[in-house]
Amino acid sequence: MLSGGVHPLMADRYIEPDTPELRARWGGFAFKPEWDAKAKAAIARYPEGRQKSAVMALLDFAQRQVGEDTGTQGWLPIPVMEYVAAYLDMPVIRVVEVATFYTMYNLVPVGKFHVQVCGTTPCWLRGSDEIMERCKARGMAKGHTTDDGLWTLTEVECMGNCASAPMVQINDGNYEDLTGERFDAVLDALARGETPKEGTQDPDRHTVEPVGGPTTLTAMVGENHDYRGEW
Amino acid sequence: MPKVTVDGQEIEVPQGATVLQACELAGKEIPRFCYHERLSIAGNCRMCLVEVKPGPPKPQASCALPATDGQEIRTDSEMVKKAREGVMEFLLINHPLDCPICDQGGECDLQDQAMAYGRGATRYHENKRAVTEKYMGPLIKTIMTRCIHCTRCVRFSEEIAGVDEIGALYRGENMQITTYLEKAAKHELSANVIDLCPVGALTSRPYAYEARPWELKKTLGIDVMDAVGANIRIDSRGREVLRIQPRINDDVNEEWIADKSRYAVDGLTRRRLDKVWIRKAGKLEQASWDEAFKKIKAAKPGGSLAAVYGDLVDCETMFAAKALLKACGSTLIEGRQTGLVYDTSNLAAVNFNTTLAEIENSDAVLVIGSQIRHEAPLLNVRLRKAAKGGAKIFHVGPEYDTTYAATFLGNDLSVLNALGSDVVDAMKGAERPAIIVGGAALGRGALGKALALAAEFNVVKDGWNGFNALHFSPSRMGGLLLGLAQKGGMADIAAAKPKVLLSLGADEMDYAPFGDALKVYIGHHGDKGAHAADIILPAAAYTEKAGTYVNIEGRVQRSEKAVFAPGDAREDWTILRALADALGVSVGFDGFDQLRAAMFADTPALAHEGLADLRVSVPAGGGDASGVIENYPIADPYLTNPILRASPTMQRCSSELWHGETVAEAAA
Repeated sequence: MLSGGVHPLMADRYIEPDTPELRARWGGFAFKPEWDAKAKAAIARYPEGRQKSAVMALLDFAQRQVGEDTGTQGWLPIPVMEYVAAYLDMPVIRVVEVATFYTMYNLVPVGKFHVQVCGTTPCWLRGSDEIMERCKARGMAKGHTTDDGLWTLTEVECMGNCASAPMVQINDGNYEDLTGERFDAVLDALARGETPKEGTQDPDRHTVEPVGGPTTLTAMVGENHDYRGEW
Repeated sequence: MPKVTVDGQEIEVPQGATVLQACELAGKEIPRFCYHERLSIAGNCRMCLVEVKPGPPKPQASCALPATDGQEIRTDSEMVKKAREGVMEFLLINHPLDCPICDQGGECDLQDQAMAYGRGATRYHENKRAVTEKYMGPLIKTIMTRCIHCTRCVRFSEEIAGVDEIGALYRGENMQITTYLEKAAKHELSANVIDLCPVGALTSRPYAYEARPWELKKTLGIDVMDAVGANIRIDSRGREVLRIQPRINDDVNEEWIADKSRYAVDGLTRRRLDKVWIRKAGKLEQASWDEAFKKIKAAKPGGSLAAVYGDLVDCETMFAAKALLKACGSTLIEGRQTGLVYDTSNLAAVNFNTTLAEIENSDAVLVIGSQIRHEAPLLNVRLRKAAKGGAKIFHVGPEYDTTYAATFLGNDLSVLNALGSDVVDAMKGAERPAIIVGGAALGRGALGKALALAAEFNVVKDGWNGFNALHFSPSRMGGLLLGLAQKGGMADIAAAKPKVLLSLGADEMDYAPFGDALKVYIGHHGDKGAHAADIILPAAAYTEKAGTYVNIEGRVQRSEKAVFAPGDAREDWTILRALADALGVSVGFDGFDQLRAAMFADTPALAHEGLADLRVSVPAGGGDASGVIENYPIADPYLTNPILRASPTMQRCSSELWHGETVAEAAA
């Protein structure tokens, strides 16, 4: 593969090759008015002449617009990155550097649901291996999209939901306190076109409060309490 | 100025110096990979760690740490030694250690520093990372597994060359240096990244597996691929020049050279004239020197002897020709082969007076008719620095990508007669304004108007001379210093209808007006001049003779002889000396030293290396400019002279990078 980075087997991420088909599909990309307004607002946050600072926001908007067009989370084809570069009057290579650095930018097409399983230590201790197994049981494989175009599986590092581990991020939503069954229920609901509740999937938990009731600061549950006299 | 202590030695360092520079001032060697004097500071290789007090109790990257008063720096402590060993061990984790098959071997920073600062053995037993090769064009060979991510190449292309094409994609262990979509880096200075690369990741493609650095004889030379006169080192083995590298000269080329200067070498062994040829019945046939000289003598030129010198000849050759003509009673000598005519009576009007080093301090520049990236790539680097420093730069001529912010005022030279207020205000308001007149403007008679503008904008003032002519023929300033020009240019030579025309490597001239003359070509490549010649006398190329060259600034520089000319070819001056014998005249020198002595007596400015004293000031001009510059004179920047045209590397660059044809990788 001459253009477009390394072979997928050699690194986790690679750029979708720049082919005539890709150019034909995405060469005419331009922000729709609603995204264009957001892009202008993002640029306006920075002093004049520093419009390049908005590159990360614009890449995100571009990815989301591609997502709208393709009914997925979206991704960044080369012509779209070139569009962003031209929009900000900066060299394309600098835009590609940013897009390849941050894993939230998808460099290849993704499925309707981008399942990002956290595999970092807290989630792993709390059973992320089983979550991964459930994904694989549905035919997902890391870095690949299922044939029906529904699922793309990625293993990610800590998303900061350790208090409700294990967690999975699907597109923009976090699903926490997962077990194999709860995770399957979320995926089934998504597959049916429903919108499952985001956040914790533990019915006994409202958010990330201690499971089984508070163990510290118990006197403050009902009303404010001054602990200072007890120190 | 801050005072610091380096390994117990107290020294004073300039304000703004880094700890690394302070250590160097104290005579300490600091190993480094990413730090480079002419690039911005990156601080990502960590090899330059030193111990600094006061500060956190850990080693500090000295390249990115400012030296402040009272710092105690240690480069010899146990902590520093361990830190260097640690960094080196990490760098070598993913480095292939394929030095025996690596072209950088023997001149590799990583190799040298691993020997000097490394542990000597690895503790790493996992698999190493492998990275696919990237395509960076016909000049740069990549073995990216060797890359240690110093990002010097990225910074060079962004900061010096001004084309953002190389970048670092992905992150962490997966980081890869590549060009955008792996297209060739299309820049006339691109191959300098090979010198910058501290490891063997970027090496020279045409020079791949040719030689080891310790086998090469190194000769100090002067480049003749453009008129900047870049200082080069000619590396040869036996009778062949294998590569050309830049030498550091801050006044001329800093430490860069153009790609064509570097890769002209394979042209030096191809299409060479190594035998005497005489045209008999329309066909060139091999002959002897004797035969050739007899034939020239039989033409009985007498005073009807003319000479045209080409772009690549040295001052000694030109002076020998001048002496020969003088002995025969002729002054018919000219070098502006393409028919350019401008007033050469005052050399200050046709010299690059500001000098290359100073032009980067100018704050407003008006460039009239020059595609500087093609005509003097190293000047473009200087102008880019000026533009980055805030200089306003205006161009008259067809638009091109200047790599810096520039305003194009149109193709029509008549725009000079009524410049807009933005230009006038910028030039008049500038402290150090400069005007650069290129070949396209000189050829259309705009010199007078440019001189008038120089007076109007007051570009020549105390301590600043902002008037510049920009030639792209390396022999031009030498020829003009020697006084070798006709008032009417080539037309005067043609009008004189000489019996014998000596062509000293003149490959760009039109031979049609000289149908009746006996055309004697003295040169080194079988190019246009040789095709038109009646007699070919094989001579030496610039690497094969000692010579004096004068660059655009009027800087006299000397080049040494690296190798012998091939076959029967001789150094040019000896041919002219022998011709004098054949014609029965005396030129007054028998050896090279005598020739030089005679040349210095004739033109004292050539006697001393360095900027020639022109002893004149910029004259007054006048008149209006007119004419439209449709195209700049250089049609193909990679094939501007016979050596480049003979070079397969340059031909490939021309087709791939200039004409944009895709050359199949397999054919590489």
